[in-house]
Amino acid sequence: MHTAVTKPSPAGKILWAAIAIVGAWCLGVVALRRGEPINAIWLVAAAIAVFVIGYRFYSRFIDTYVLRMDPSRATPAVLRNDGLDYVPTDKWVVFGHHFAAIAGAGPLVGPVLAAQMGYLPGTLWILFGVVFAGAVQDFMILGLSVRRDGRSLGNMLRDELGPVAGIVAMFGVLVLMMIVLAVLALVVVKALTHSPWGTYTVACTIPIALLMGIYLRYIRPGKILEVSIVGLILLLLAIWSGAYVAASPAWAAAFDFDAKALAWLLIAYGFCASVLPVWLLLAPRDYLSTFLKIGTIALLALAIFLAAPTLQMPALTKFVDGTGPVFQGNLFPFLFITIACGAVSGWHSIISSGTTPKLLSNEGEARMVGYGGMLMEAFVAIMALIAAASMHPGVYFAMNSPAALIGTTAQSAATAISQWGFVVSPDELLNTARNIGESSILSRAGGAPTLAVGMAQLLHGIIPGEGMMAFWYHYAILFEALFILTTVDAGTRVGRFMIQEIAGLIHEPLKHTESWTGNLIATAICVGLWGYFLYQGAVDPLGGINTLWPLFGIANQMLAAVALMLATVVTVKLKRERYVWVPGIPAIWLVVCTLTAGYYKLVGSISFTAAAQKYAAAAAEGKLLAPAKSVAEMQRIVTNNYVDAALTGIFMLLVVTMAGFAINAILKAWRVNHPTAHEEPYVALEGAPTR
Amino acid sequence: MTASFQAFRKWAVQTARLCCGVPDYDVYVRHLREHHPERKVPTYAEFFRERQVARYKGTGGRCC
Repeated sequence: MHTAVTKPSPAGKILWAAIAIVGAWCLGVVALRRGEPINAIWLVAAAIAVFVIGYRFYSRFIDTYVLRMDPSRATPAVLRNDGLDYVPTDKWVVFGHHFAAIAGAGPLVGPVLAAQMGYLPGTLWILFGVVFAGAVQDFMILGLSVRRDGRSLGNMLRDELGPVAGIVAMFGVLVLMMIVLAVLALVVVKALTHSPWGTYTVACTIPIALLMGIYLRYIRPGKILEVSIVGLILLLLAIWSGAYVAASPAWAAAFDFDAKALAWLLIAYGFCASVLPVWLLLAPRDYLSTFLKIGTIALLALAIFLAAPTLQMPALTKFVDGTGPVFQGNLFPFLFITIACGAVSGWHSIISSGTTPKLLSNEGEARMVGYGGMLMEAFVAIMALIAAASMHPGVYFAMNSPAALIGTTAQSAATAISQWGFVVSPDELLNTARNIGESSILSRAGGAPTLAVGMAQLLHGIIPGEGMMAFWYHYAILFEALFILTTVDAGTRVGRFMIQEIAGLIHEPLKHTESWTGNLIATAICVGLWGYFLYQGAVDPLGGINTLWPLFGIANQMLAAVALMLATVVTVKLKRERYVWVPGIPAIWLVVCTLTAGYYKLVGSISFTAAAQKYAAAAAEGKLLAPAKSVAEMQRIVTNNYVDAALTGIFMLLVVTMAGFAINAILKAWRVNHPTAHEEPYVALEGAPTR
Repeated sequence: MTASFQAFRKWAVQTARLCCGVPDYDVYVRHLREHHPERKVPTYAEFFRERQVARYKGTGGRCC
């Protein structure tokens, strides 16, 4: 069936043994050295060693025994080659495309939030989570899709688990998407609140994109590279001129917004951007953000290698006990919910069953693209963790703790944080703010600003210069805002199509995506759904991220659990029961994590229910709790928390339902003595050695 | 310009375009000529516009 695995040469054995020893040594230093700060290079080296070993051994094991990818078998790209969607493509091109599609803001935000527990828990979860769960999911879903004409996750669930399971999963994906869009938009709101410089540069991207859109459409059609360079230069000009905007009282006032106003602006913007023709605003922004994203990730890697910062955050902080200010909850399960993208992200299963399987020219390349692509993303997550952990812990906590805990002045923040054991002076906080050209750094949770400060400090260490730190900070903010907003626009459009499809079941004409009525109604519903959660985050007593990120994490890990369940079911259906643990154990782990986290968010001291009851009780006594300024606002906070609780309940129900479908399918398949998976028939690849 | 640099350039351009949802134009034209000689070959501009619209048709092709 499959070519036997070639035995490694003696030299190969020695090389791999050496990598294993170096990796173990570095990991030992990272995990065990206490009391003295270590250099980030240890972490980078440990990560590279773990990834290389995981790729060489575990992914090959999955390739050979679990998925049994067959280089002699023709792929959908070859069989259905249409030159557009199905095109046999060079594996490095597919790899680049796949990585650009999976890497987003997620791996940059989660690890930064998780740094409150110290760098060690996050590091270990990213390293082992990706090798045994995240990359397994991406690779296996890609492998399954390649064997099924490049079908989507929803279609494969329908085929293998039954039509009802498919519908349940589709509903889950839609809700997850609304939460993703809301949380990401909230990251932007948090970064831009009372930051005229940041708001101005992000606002500048709109006219720049319009200009690029018109240029690409009418002046030089299709010259993406050319127009992207023009766009980049204009962006850099916007960042540079932002300093003057921030310095002028009249201009600064025009771009100075609070969280609520920014939330409304983003909602209005999201609506317009997804209703307008794509070539005008959405597509050019997408090009710019894609290139900027890859460029900035490369820049971050370069900065970490050149600066080789010392990790100032301790390996473990006292917040592993669940009392942390950034997010509440114990290490288990909340660490595994907080770092989703980077360790294991359910969203990737949609991309692994989207364009990528239609491009692979050979099944043998799925391993490098699927498994390897996810390892790359995990490396991005490790870099984000390093950037956060190399900051002064006092500054880190000042930026990521809600105002309810640290107050609103540098004085109160420094006092509160010093009491937690991270000694910092008000001057240090004010100085950091001044260096990055902002009036305050307090309570800017959400990862983006923290990463921006971390990156600015690293880059400033390499390229010193007066005022350069502020430039780098706003560059990092702009880059994150740009690609988050692109995700929001594109996501709103996708959500709109999904809603139109559902609405079409009730009233047929609403399905037509060209109809303006259907378009406007569905877009309004879509924007309304994520806009509700965004606004809720903007008025949240704990700053929003604290509340919404766990919800996002639960939803994302839920989807990952569903994808891994599919992989488990198919493994059994192919009668490869002895390897059922490969996707099965991570699936069970994610089910346990999502259900436990969901349970803590439903009942107990850190639950949405408890928060709702606290505000309801205070309102009943006629008291006002910050940040509410009226009884109506108190009521709204109560409602919001109950909505979040209900949503958590829905996610838990969804996981349990899908697990039920999966177990049912597994039991059925286990009993029969022949394979029952719905694979497309084998067609030999022309020119390949026959099996 | 050495051959390897040109190969790298070709890879970079192709990857960058694919990341934006625009597949290789030459490959498409070759495909049309071979398999559908009766169809009109679109210009690069037409091809680009068609692909640009197709990219945002709603397949959730990006991550958080």
